[in-house]
Amino acid sequence: MNWTQRLRQRKAKRRPQRQNEAMSKVTLIPRKPEGEHAIDVRAVNSGEARALYKKREQIYPKLAHGLYRNLKWAAMIVLLAIYYVTPWLRWDRGDGRPDQAVLIDFEGRRFYFFFIELWPQEVYYFAGLLIMGAFAIFLSSALFGRVWCGYACPQTVWTDLYIYVERLIEGDRNARMRLDKAPMSPAKAAKKVTKHAIWLLIAAGTGGAWVFYFADAPTLLVNLSAGQASASAYISVVILTFTTYALAGTMREQVCTFMCPWPRIQAGMIDKDALSVTYRAARGEPRGAHKKGESWEGRGDCIDCRQCVAVCPQGIDIRDGDQLECINCALCIDACDGIMEKVGRPKGLIAYDSYANQSRLAKGEAPQIRLVRSRTILYAVLFVTVALMLVWALAARQTLDLNVIRDRSPPFVQLADGSVRNDYALKLINMSDRPRRLVVEVSGAPGLRLQAPSLDSDGRLHAAATADAVTSLRVHVAAAGLTGAHDIAFTIRDLDSGEVASSSAAFVAGGER
Amino acid sequence: MAGERERDDITGTETTGHEWDGIKELDNPLPRWWLYIFYACIVASVIYWVLMPAWPLANSYTKGILDWSDRDNVAVEIQKLRGARAPMFARLAEASAADIAADPELQTFARAAGEAVFGDYCRTCHGAGGAGAPGYPVLADDVWIWGGSLSEIEHTLRVGVRADHPQTRFSQMPAFGRDGLLSPREVSDVTEYTISISAARTRLAPDAAAAGRGAAIYDAQCAICHGPSGAGDRSVGAPSLNDDLWLYGGSRDEIRRQIETGRAGVMPAWEARFDAGTLRALAYYVHEMGGGELDAAPAPTQSQAPPAAPE
Repeated sequence: MNWTQRLRQRKAKRRPQRQNEAMSKVTLIPRKPEGEHAIDVRAVNSGEARALYKKREQIYPKLAHGLYRNLKWAAMIVLLAIYYVTPWLRWDRGDGRPDQAVLIDFEGRRFYFFFIELWPQEVYYFAGLLIMGAFAIFLSSALFGRVWCGYACPQTVWTDLYIYVERLIEGDRNARMRLDKAPMSPAKAAKKVTKHAIWLLIAAGTGGAWVFYFADAPTLLVNLSAGQASASAYISVVILTFTTYALAGTMREQVCTFMCPWPRIQAGMIDKDALSVTYRAARGEPRGAHKKGESWEGRGDCIDCRQCVAVCPQGIDIRDGDQLECINCALCIDACDGIMEKVGRPKGLIAYDSYANQSRLAKGEAPQIRLVRSRTILYAVLFVTVALMLVWALAARQTLDLNVIRDRSPPFVQLADGSVRNDYALKLINMSDRPRRLVVEVSGAPGLRLQAPSLDSDGRLHAAATADAVTSLRVHVAAAGLTGAHDIAFTIRDLDSGEVASSSAAFVAGGER
Repeated sequence: MAGERERDDITGTETTGHEWDGIKELDNPLPRWWLYIFYACIVASVIYWVLMPAWPLANSYTKGILDWSDRDNVAVEIQKLRGARAPMFARLAEASAADIAADPELQTFARAAGEAVFGDYCRTCHGAGGAGAPGYPVLADDVWIWGGSLSEIEHTLRVGVRADHPQTRFSQMPAFGRDGLLSPREVSDVTEYTISISAARTRLAPDAAAAGRGAAIYDAQCAICHGPSGAGDRSVGAPSLNDDLWLYGGSRDEIRRQIETGRAGVMPAWEARFDAGTLRALAYYVHEMGGGELDAAPAPTQSQAPPAAPE
């Protein structure tokens, strides 16, 4: 017996034992679902399917029909349209300036958003937007649970799109399952190849659209197709093609369950009055198969058909309660409502509902929806406050600014006539689209005088500030008879518009010698 | 923190037994793809060892089959950079102060190049920003021993001071005290006189009688170089004495010690070390520190007039 045979034998010895383990797990699965609407499906996170390292179980979401499915279609169309169309919107900013409405110009260090143009040092506007985004998500979570996850998250939107393509080519849940079980055939190969090809095309389109936000879209499109765009453009396209294909095509619910921190954060956002997708257990239990004509007395409304599990893109069972895998897409509501209609029971066995209402339902009290609560008021007020602050900051935004950096080495220079000189680097920031003629003045201590080659007869310093740029100017300031440190101020004044910007600085003269 | 491992009813999963403020952790399995990514990382690291420099050995390291060397790459990059900068240095070598001031691109380049070279070679003695130190002249002030125009500064840079260059700037202050040219009493007197003609007189209050005696000694010994009023003479590198800026310190003792010992510093000649463009950039940077003077040449720089309104 050589070593391979020995190994095979040893493996064969071990195998029956493993199979037994597996069998024992299988026996834990409760009875097969029965009844006319029942479907053979099991939640991927059910207690019976456990191992140290969990193999991903393929989920075959069934197409749902209903209000929330339609909402999701609408959200998908609107969001994808925004994503793909935005870079192609034009906005006239005059000669020699980009005419793209939304442009993040890293090379030119500018951010353009329709009529707004921001410089890198104004990044606090983005901080404000992020804070608004955070409060918006807090608020939406406190009101309606994980609506972001269910409708608007790119992972959800693109996964939805990919499943749509999959369904178009391979058919709905049962057809897809049959296809995967079937042996490889030309027809199966054709379907698989077509599906992955379309997925890759969408992925490339996604990555392709992304780079258009960072350069002039029409020019970049020509360059990209001619093979003349920058390496970073191609690398971005490739990376985003890969991530889109992998995350929306093959990883899907794994992203939400294992990669995304949001489900964990979410747990802290939801209180007992927040609406989220809920199985009304008090109404549904005890569940069980129901035959036409049978009485509904003494049993719950849930007929255990598992349609809610079949449509779930996360592959979970909402009847297990709130769980981190649940993205609150509400497709199970659509599925269940359809069934309830068919069996003649009221809709809403699964519905947007709150924890508080579950206990009320159990006690037979009337449900109560409390959208106005201290935390939703707080979130809304904070959101509006930050929004108003941003609007105010934008409205009051100046296009002329001055930064002054004092030379610290040496801190001051003694001159032959006994006076003391300090040196400063002035940054004349001209955020407007026209060049400016500026006058620089200094004040704040007696006897300060500017020293520069370009002083006019009144001792004023003239400087030209280039349009949409920072002009650097080195300035010497001398004073006689000063000791110690003095707070001084530099002022720049636009000779044409009268706009003024100033900046404080220090003048250091040292002590008595 | 560690507690009982319990079983969660809904999922059938055991908890880890850890508990924080009532929050328990389910002992869920890792996704298998996560494990595969971990394995893939291990494989990638082995591939990296083969391709790239990785393991230290006793006297060297494993080179890797790609023959990658950051040191060589940097050398190539530096060479490329030198090549890219060469045209600017060539332009600088031909440019006058006025040319540089008139061309923002050239000016920015000269400043940056000058600052870099100054930081590497000059700052050790002359201090950051030309702050100077006792014995090492302040470059940022408006007092110059050998002249403060761009061309004079550049000439000083080229030939050095008391350096091993045939045309080096050279001046010699005698050690009047140490070499016995003057008696200690005479040194004291001429010290008082020197203070009396300098701007330091208000601060040091020289002895009038001693200063009076020192005047004759000054006229005989010092005035030939430092001038009768102590204005100094740049043509021979004699520092001015009538201000309150002192190369070797401005206290009474320090002034006296310089008359006694006649210390003289050395600055290397940089002509052989730098090309003409670099020297021009360095001179421009020093000239711009604040005390730069206009060239004696006839053309005062027109470009430094107030900038015209941009059209």
